[in-house]
Amino acid sequence: MMDRARRYSFLFEELVKRDFKHKYKRTILGMLWSLLSPLAQLLVLNIIFINFFGRTQPHYTTYLFTGLMVFTYFNDATTQGMRALDANAYIISKINVPKYLFVFSRIVSSLINFTLTLVIYLVFVAVDQIPLTFTFFTLFYPIVFLTIMNIGLALILSALHIFFKDLEYLYSIFTMLVMYASAIFYSTESFSPGLRRVFYLNPVYDFILYFRTVVIDGAIPSLELHLICAGYALAAFLLGFWLYRKYNYQFLYYM
Amino acid sequence: MMVDVNNISVTYLTGDLRNRGLKEYLMMRMKGQYQTKLFNALRGVSFTLEKGDMLGIVGTNGAGKSTLLKVISGIMLPTEGYCKTNGRIAALLELGAGFDGEMTVRENTYLRGAMMGYTKDFMNEMYPEIIAFAELEDFQNRPFRHLSTGMSSRLAFSICSLVRPDILILDEVLSVGDGAFRAKSEAKMSEILASGATTLFVSHTLSQVRSICNKVLWLNKGEQIAFGATEEVCDLYEASLAKKSG
Repeated sequence: MMDRARRYSFLFEELVKRDFKHKYKRTILGMLWSLLSPLAQLLVLNIIFINFFGRTQPHYTTYLFTGLMVFTYFNDATTQGMRALDANAYIISKINVPKYLFVFSRIVSSLINFTLTLVIYLVFVAVDQIPLTFTFFTLFYPIVFLTIMNIGLALILSALHIFFKDLEYLYSIFTMLVMYASAIFYSTESFSPGLRRVFYLNPVYDFILYFRTVVIDGAIPSLELHLICAGYALAAFLLGFWLYRKYNYQFLYYM
Repeated sequence: MMVDVNNISVTYLTGDLRNRGLKEYLMMRMKGQYQTKLFNALRGVSFTLEKGDMLGIVGTNGAGKSTLLKVISGIMLPTEGYCKTNGRIAALLELGAGFDGEMTVRENTYLRGAMMGYTKDFMNEMYPEIIAFAELEDFQNRPFRHLSTGMSSRLAFSICSLVRPDILILDEVLSVGDGAFRAKSEAKMSEILASGATTLFVSHTLSQVRSICNKVLWLNKGEQIAFGATEEVCDLYEASLAKKSG
């Protein structure tokens, strides 16, 4: 058992290194770029919504950045994770290694990216004159559960992706819809209470809301929101885990 | 007993399942054109091997030889029956494939070593030896795509030949490279074979099978035609080949 864990931890380490290098093409600029791209997006949206739509709510930049950061992590991790099995089919069909390692390694590589963005985010928050308090430590909660949800979704998507190669395109349309439904650049306050409740059905919105409550409102979110976040994450994870357990040996026949 | 293959079958769906998009799948479903059929890659294969046995697997293309090796190495699960193995398995299937062109030779070596189940300490220790054996000292930090096919199989062979397995599974990889390296790799291979590992290998060269194997399994279209002593099964197989071509 220990031997197994040590053996796979070495493989896992090597896989994460590989995925990370692939992502950034081993250049400093590549790494910088992955940080610059959300910042550029932030800048553009900021200019548009403040100047043309007259957003005047306080800390709008932070509000926007929070949404973009959480959504980008969700989008990046699940999209990369979806392709993990198919992209490594040539290895999986030749060498007996646990297939989930390939999915996990993509998630970890996205998580590293998210963590780097988070550091910049905290700088922005400080510049936006929001006090950094101990309450911020509660952000570990949504980060952990969002990661669990991403793993679950990636397991589901990567299994489907083996059978349906066009899932990539369909999923990118889906995530675009999720983005518009996540209240990243607008506020839900102008909607009726009934409609506002519908937003809770979108897990990405819930995780963003958690972040905003802690960072912008300086409050600890309700117990309800804690349960919703954990619920979505565990549901996705259990479904993904079950699918993987049931079908992972059958993937081989269709690769 | 080192390998116990008991009545294994591998069956899966083929047909319109493969390489279809979701949209195409739904369209075909609606039009009622969607067709799949069960495919028997292996049917009722049984045999056992003892320590030190050398099994040669023969048969024409599509006989299920590779599928059988995948089942024994644990990559695939049989749909029926079971396969029990005893000890550490090393499966060397299609050595040259599966390196990453963007990564350096050194990175690829470590990654492949990790996949083969070596530990980090072991790799740190053996790395110079691997590179020296593959004669790639000058290429260590070059991207893998700069290597020729010959160089890439030399590296693959060097990484794999470090294993000291109880069960060795080979898919036509007894020697690689040209000239000097071929001699070197053949020597290394004989060394591994002589170490007493139970070996299974697929070969299309009957003379090779006759000279090193003590048992032979003959498969045809997923079914086991014969299993037994080398001479006996090889003679039968040769006779059937002669009949087919004659």
